[in-house]
Amino acid sequence: MIDTRVNIAGVELKNPVMTASGTFGSGMEYSEFVDLSRLGGVVTKGVADVPWPGNPTPRVAETTGGMLNAIGLQNPGIDVFCKRDIPFLKQHDTKIMVNVCGHSTEEYLRVVERLASEPVDLLEINISCPNVKEGGIAFGQDPKAVETITREVKKVAAQPVVMKLSPNVTDITVMARAAEAGGADAVSLINTLTGMKIDVERQTFALANKTGGMSGPAVKPVAVRMVYQVAQSVNIPIIGMGGIATAEDALEFILAGATAVSVGTANFFNPYATVEIAEGIENYMKRHNIEKLTDLIGAVH
Amino acid sequence: MKVKEKCIVISQDCIAKDIYSLWLKTDKIAAQARPGQFVSVYCNDGGHLLPRPISLCEINQEKGTLRLVYRVVGKGTEMFAALKAGDSVEVLGPLGNGFPMEEAEGKRVFLIGGGIGVPPMLETAKQLKGEPVLVMGYRDELFLTDEMKKAGELVIATEDGSAGTKGNVLDAIRENDLKADMIFACGPKPMLRALKAYGLENNIPCYVSMEERMACGVGACLGCVCQSTEVDDHSQVKNKRVCKDGPVFLSTEVEL
Repeated sequence: MIDTRVNIAGVELKNPVMTASGTFGSGMEYSEFVDLSRLGGVVTKGVADVPWPGNPTPRVAETTGGMLNAIGLQNPGIDVFCKRDIPFLKQHDTKIMVNVCGHSTEEYLRVVERLASEPVDLLEINISCPNVKEGGIAFGQDPKAVETITREVKKVAAQPVVMKLSPNVTDITVMARAAEAGGADAVSLINTLTGMKIDVERQTFALANKTGGMSGPAVKPVAVRMVYQVAQSVNIPIIGMGGIATAEDALEFILAGATAVSVGTANFFNPYATVEIAEGIENYMKRHNIEKLTDLIGAVH
Repeated sequence: MKVKEKCIVISQDCIAKDIYSLWLKTDKIAAQARPGQFVSVYCNDGGHLLPRPISLCEINQEKGTLRLVYRVVGKGTEMFAALKAGDSVEVLGPLGNGFPMEEAEGKRVFLIGGGIGVPPMLETAKQLKGEPVLVMGYRDELFLTDEMKKAGELVIATEDGSAGTKGNVLDAIRENDLKADMIFACGPKPMLRALKAYGLENNIPCYVSMEERMACGVGACLGCVCQSTEVDDHSQVKNKRVCKDGPVFLSTEVEL
């Protein structure tokens, strides 16, 4: 009998496979392809206190082994989200982690306060979006700001708080320690790497926003390295992500120190990726006679 | 129900410069497909990850086959052009809403295609339960015109004047003094913008098939939005998803 359960700040996931914020909406679209109840958790697209229109198009561009996006956190706002998206997700036997975004501390706090009375399991605070001018990454590149926003969020949050970290920093362990010092229950990493693509025929930027966040298999080694470094630096759980497309990819993150993983860009080229990864992890455990998945967390040596 | 499946290439032909015609055998996609919908086609190489959205040119539900006619514009479509009979290719579909065929029943309908917007009009013409008037605009070289002639009245415009009316699709409509009850159109944005204006002037509904860079193709990532004239119910802002809410929109619903 294999046990794939993992625990993030007191929230038990049936398996470590979650979705990466922004790639999976609130699960509605991909529920045509996968049974959401087979997932450890669904992480929603970032939601703010009011609807955000996002950036102009083109918002996406392909890169070798990956992609760039500059969606700009388009979202329907917390009111519609609570009325429509949460009830949809509650029909499934999976944990719900709501990704929260804002331009200012007050905006983050309004969303977190509103979610206090909602049946969601975890909050992921997006202090690392590279595609909006105010908020987002501005909070995630200064350790003092990371610690302060974490502390403010913790004061009003009813659910465990996961701080989502940016890789666009000199030393991500400094940011992880700042989040821990502010009282974060867990950290998730990595958000996308800031990149740029130029269309040489048109001699212009591939994205209307000029820069975008890079994701997909090409970023995985960077993400695994950062998860490993953070695992050596903090005592709170890590949700690892960045280019996971297969069970082997997910296991790399777990062995590097992640308690759970998020699957993002892979959904775009394989809409069945999340469930295939959950099944692949079970097969790996059988093949290696591993009873408890938790025995694999940080087991690299 | 959308599915991703491995399709087998039945045949592939180059039908004009950089324009290819690909017939695929599908297991489930063709049986559910409607005119104006599209499929996402994936590259096999692992480096080009995002699917390429390609419109459906013909649908044979009995045989379970689809015809895609596409232009080679980059690395992905170059790889598709190299596919040969017997090869397999991953396809996700059917995607998007398609043209509102019910609304066209018993009506005289302009089916207007421009450039690589020509192909979806073939299946639309074949399935239309009304009177299709096909108006196709090309830069110079024609393609799919033999099939189009069999499906209905066909009028051609070419930019260089080598066939039909010299000019664009609206020039062809005016030169031939054509009239219709509604418009279904697919093509470049300036063409769609002009047709929206023509529809408003003549007080006939105009449906346009939009195009945008896509990632997921199923409505989750919000990569391919277009601007809507009113606040959209799903997005709560003036954005609609081309892949899921479209690609076909009533022209007055969207900013062109």
